[in-house]
Amino acid sequence: MTFEPVLLRRWGKPNSQSIETYMADGGYTALKKALAMEPPKVIEAVQKSGLRGRGGAGFSTGLKWTFLPKDVQGPIYLCINGDESEPGTFNNRVLLEEDPHQVLEGIVISGYATKSTTAYLYLRYEYGDCYRTCEKAIQEMYAKNLLGKNILGSGYSLDIYLHRGACAYICGEETGLIESLEGKRAWPRIKPPFPAIEGAFRRPTVVNNIETMACVTQILDRGPEWFQSLGIPSENPKDPGSYGPKLYCISGHVNKPGLVELPLGITARELIDKHAGGVWKGRKAKAVVPGGISMGFLSADELDTKLDFAGPGKAGCLGLGTAAVIVIDDQTSMVDVLYNTCRFFAHESCGQCTPCREGTAWSAKILARIRAGQGTLKDLDTLTDISNSIGIMPGTTICGLADGAAWPIKNALKKFRPEFEEYITSGRRSQSLEVAGAH
Amino acid sequence: MSGLTEAAKQKIRDLLACYPSKQAVTLPALHIAQEEARCVTREAVREIADILELSPAQIHDTLSFYGFFKDEKHPLGENRIWVCRSLACMLRGGDELLAEVCERLHVSPGQTTKDGKATIELAECLGACDGAPCILVNDKLQLRMTADAVVSLAEGRA
Repeated sequence: MTFEPVLLRRWGKPNSQSIETYMADGGYTALKKALAMEPPKVIEAVQKSGLRGRGGAGFSTGLKWTFLPKDVQGPIYLCINGDESEPGTFNNRVLLEEDPHQVLEGIVISGYATKSTTAYLYLRYEYGDCYRTCEKAIQEMYAKNLLGKNILGSGYSLDIYLHRGACAYICGEETGLIESLEGKRAWPRIKPPFPAIEGAFRRPTVVNNIETMACVTQILDRGPEWFQSLGIPSENPKDPGSYGPKLYCISGHVNKPGLVELPLGITARELIDKHAGGVWKGRKAKAVVPGGISMGFLSADELDTKLDFAGPGKAGCLGLGTAAVIVIDDQTSMVDVLYNTCRFFAHESCGQCTPCREGTAWSAKILARIRAGQGTLKDLDTLTDISNSIGIMPGTTICGLADGAAWPIKNALKKFRPEFEEYITSGRRSQSLEVAGAH
Repeated sequence: MSGLTEAAKQKIRDLLACYPSKQAVTLPALHIAQEEARCVTREAVREIADILELSPAQIHDTLSFYGFFKDEKHPLGENRIWVCRSLACMLRGGDELLAEVCERLHVSPGQTTKDGKATIELAECLGACDGAPCILVNDKLQLRMTADAVVSLAEGRA
């Protein structure tokens, strides 16, 4: 049975961004349903659906909402994380460019459920078209009383403000985002306190991802049972399952890069062969990034891994991440690939924690040396040492950026070690170009 | 270098109503300043600090964290073109694209062409991996780029 897209239903249709198109297609009925329910019932529905956040960590959305203190006096903030910057990831860009109202409806529903007084949509600067479509969509909503005071006569009021970032990956970390929103450098905060207790402007705050908001709209519209009917059920009492549709981004060495919506749990192989036209130039895949580069790599013999929340972890990757799949063909040097990921994290480390700032910078320098034909086998041990000592998991950093920097190193050196050893002992140099410059 | 125009100051003041703290207007204010002057001058930093009731050092602290903002010694060209070099673009020729563009325009990443028309920047993932190699022209993404197309944009011919 072919799966009919839900989140991407209006993608590519004429005027898919306008409120008229959206409402003609049943838009904002989910909000009306939600407003007729008590807020805790909305949270219950989202919890029942099994929705896990789509931003990378995969934490239960409904459960996150229940962490807000009861009977709060004063403002509660809802921050929507549109800082999508994980290499390989572009699903939120497509959602906002093509169908902003589906996301904005989810924001109002989530705001109502959490009794939020103001929502901030933090959008990465690079998404200028998203900014403009959202700006227009928000105006359309105010004109129809879908935002502002006393929304549709419900007594609930909410404003949504767009807030533009300034090209920093760390702003996608939820407390980095909050600091950036507050006008400071985006240095993540030590947790606890979690944002639900003390977040933006030192007030209770929920931070949710864009695709998560689109899912909330569909859950209210179609019911939690519909959401539960898709994906991979929980395997044991500790596993919250992988329910619902997911947007998979596919890029790199495939014939048809793009965005596909499928029930959670497709295998990497099926995704590449059936939905991305296979590996380009008749080649084979050497490695596949399962969910943004911070998740590490699947090797060619791990392509039957299910891309649900549990699958990539079973193959030694960090997790499903953003479900952004990057395919690397068998003609590509893993030394060049790993250098690219290390350089990314060295560039994007915020500099707050020494192990991350130094560890990411030195990994990139060591890989540069190997690429220059001056590596030694001992360098591989040093890289392994670094990857085992930076991050939340070893307990040396405040946020998970360093875990994401460490994982590609761990996976590459474990799964492709002979290639690195051969590269070093043969004294080869990289064929790929690098332009030096400042940014 | 001069400071903000009255119109820019008013735009900044208008944003104060959107946030519970004045400091939260820092990033939007820096965007307004840079859009107007192609850099954030020291005078603009002082003026923003005045409006937000902060010290200029606090504004500068935020400004300097984001490599995005340029000081008055390094103003941007008429257009700012970012060439992506992260993994998805690298796999489809992003590094080669950046190298060729820089060579043909006689600049290194971060520099502005002599005619002042374009600043070329290297970028980390721009979020358009489906159209790799991609670039960002000011704040508009352009997908599936060639060196010819980027050079045309930089020279103001496209």
